[in-house]
Amino acid sequence: MRAIDANRVKPGALLPILHAVQDAVGYVPPESLPLIAHELNLTRAEVYGVVTFYHHFRSAPPGRRVVQICRAEACQALGARALEAHAKRTLGVDFHETTSDGAITLEPVYCLGNCGCGPSVLIGDDELHARVTPAAFDELVKAARAAT
Amino acid sequence: MSAVKVFVPRDATALALGAETVVHAIAHTGRARGIDIDIVRNGSRGMFWLEPLIEVATPNGRIAYGPVKAADVANLFDADFLHGGAHALRLGSVEDIAWFKQQERLCFARVGVTDPLSVADYIAHGGYRGLRNALTMSGADIVKAATDSGLRGRGGAAFPTGIKWNTVLGAEGAQKYVVCNADEGDSGTFSDRMLMEGDPLCLIEGMTIAGVAVGATQGYIYLRSEYPHAHRALNAAIANAYAAGWLGADVGGSGKRFDLEVRLGAGAYICGEETSLLDSLEGKRGQVRFKPPLPAIKGLFGKPTIINNVISFASVPIILDKGAGFYRDYGVGRSRGTLPIQLAGNLRRTGLVERAFGVTLRELLYDFGGGSYSGRPIRAVQVGGPLGAYLPESQFDTVLDYEAFAAAGAMLGHGGIVAFDDTVSMLEQARYAMEFCAVESCGKCTPCRIGSTRGVEVIDRIRANVDREKNFALLDDLCNTMRNGSLCALGGLTPDPVVSAIKYFSEDFV
Repeated sequence: MRAIDANRVKPGALLPILHAVQDAVGYVPPESLPLIAHELNLTRAEVYGVVTFYHHFRSAPPGRRVVQICRAEACQALGARALEAHAKRTLGVDFHETTSDGAITLEPVYCLGNCGCGPSVLIGDDELHARVTPAAFDELVKAARAAT
Repeated sequence: MSAVKVFVPRDATALALGAETVVHAIAHTGRARGIDIDIVRNGSRGMFWLEPLIEVATPNGRIAYGPVKAADVANLFDADFLHGGAHALRLGSVEDIAWFKQQERLCFARVGVTDPLSVADYIAHGGYRGLRNALTMSGADIVKAATDSGLRGRGGAAFPTGIKWNTVLGAEGAQKYVVCNADEGDSGTFSDRMLMEGDPLCLIEGMTIAGVAVGATQGYIYLRSEYPHAHRALNAAIANAYAAGWLGADVGGSGKRFDLEVRLGAGAYICGEETSLLDSLEGKRGQVRFKPPLPAIKGLFGKPTIINNVISFASVPIILDKGAGFYRDYGVGRSRGTLPIQLAGNLRRTGLVERAFGVTLRELLYDFGGGSYSGRPIRAVQVGGPLGAYLPESQFDTVLDYEAFAAAGAMLGHGGIVAFDDTVSMLEQARYAMEFCAVESCGKCTPCRIGSTRGVEVIDRIRANVDREKNFALLDDLCNTMRNGSLCALGGLTPDPVVSAIKYFSEDFV
């Protein structure tokens, strides 16, 4: 409700509200949709449609750390395909899945704007890493696990 | 004695390479040695192989060191780097480095030089001169300056900026909007990000000029959520611009209003398409709109709207400062001014090169880029993002201008250049182009939504050697359907990387 009140006066308030909800609790709980819809005078279907349209919004809680690997061309040119395979194998998950210990959720991302120094990995909200080799990835994952 | 000024970038790439640990090391070592240091978090100078690149202000100008790791910091103090002392990492003045010297930085003139968040620093380096001029001019004269400069949309479509503004100027409406497309989703591009992190006030000034020109009082920057560092920089710079009276009810004491707000996207590539961006700003699914009506007539919330890319807006202040002729004198043919080119992928010296149009791909790849990062031959280059054609070595003499690229069956787009070495499989790249389109399609039109998925399947059959002739014919047909039948550039241009990969690299499809 706080997320709604802070943003409701804005024109086109739905995205800012969904961001605020996800920033606060890590995902957009399905049970929050009727409230958001009611407060914005939208249908639940409209709100559901928006939440599911955007890759950024998730409908279930993620692991303790979200690890995003860039899949785009500039990173591919520096070994992102191999890194992606390595990450899936060592974590034992596919994209959009969480490791069995609940520590890491692995996500693909299509460009982090670090195209001169790929492969790029983003951990959490803003921890960007450049030139991530498979060995460096393992270190990052170890550190991410330790931090949670 | 006053504090020594040390510049350490807060640019996302510099941070990804360890700039934050360098800052801590410098602050910590300075304290331990009782030296007063003023650390300025600037943007990046754009030479990524030298990042983190730090600079020290000395009486003889700024002296650069790089690439600096936290472990080098104690050593740098020992070498008296605070007075420009000799050290293996000493680079001298950035302006004397050939890679930097050969550039023509108009848009990026301040990036890496100033404190990005300081209005005073911005003004001391020529900022707000363009807006000051604009405030004394009529809307029509401002638009004329934009038109006469020859500036074309830097987002990729290269539509003349002045013509767009003129339509909004002439449109009836009590409320008009200025929207910045900062959804820089193309792989291999980062100039918007670097500008927003390194000189956000330049974008703010450009948007304010646009607002003053057409009588729009509200601006929005639609920023992709993958850019958290740019988000922070923009919000801080906007707050500072408000505090200094350059945004709000009385812009620069002119009595004119212009408000500005950043809105975050949510990881949808399609929202870089201007009409889906507008739908997204309105709080809807980011789906492409039919055109007409043009956004200039019926844009955000149905009102007349200027929508331009970050670099387009950021090119405007210097045009209003130094005149349309000054800007137009750069460039070739119908491509006027400068283009911030981004060297990315498998190159030794990646980064940002701002040059007048007219430089060749080969100069960029070898003279600036220094060849491949891996040391292997460069085999393919993709220019203009995931919808750009793949070009082989035989096309490397293509000149960077919009028309020359169109003639080569490619597009310059937003100026991103991604190099691949000879380990690349072009069949895989073609497949990825279709896969990307399938992931990012907004779903509104069938050729894009269904065609991209079918495209992946057809390429998989070709890879598996199933009915090759038939499937090549089918792929060709499918690409034609997507190209001619899609609603926007995502479906319409996805065939370009696919078809060019087959045309130039047929040996990979055997």
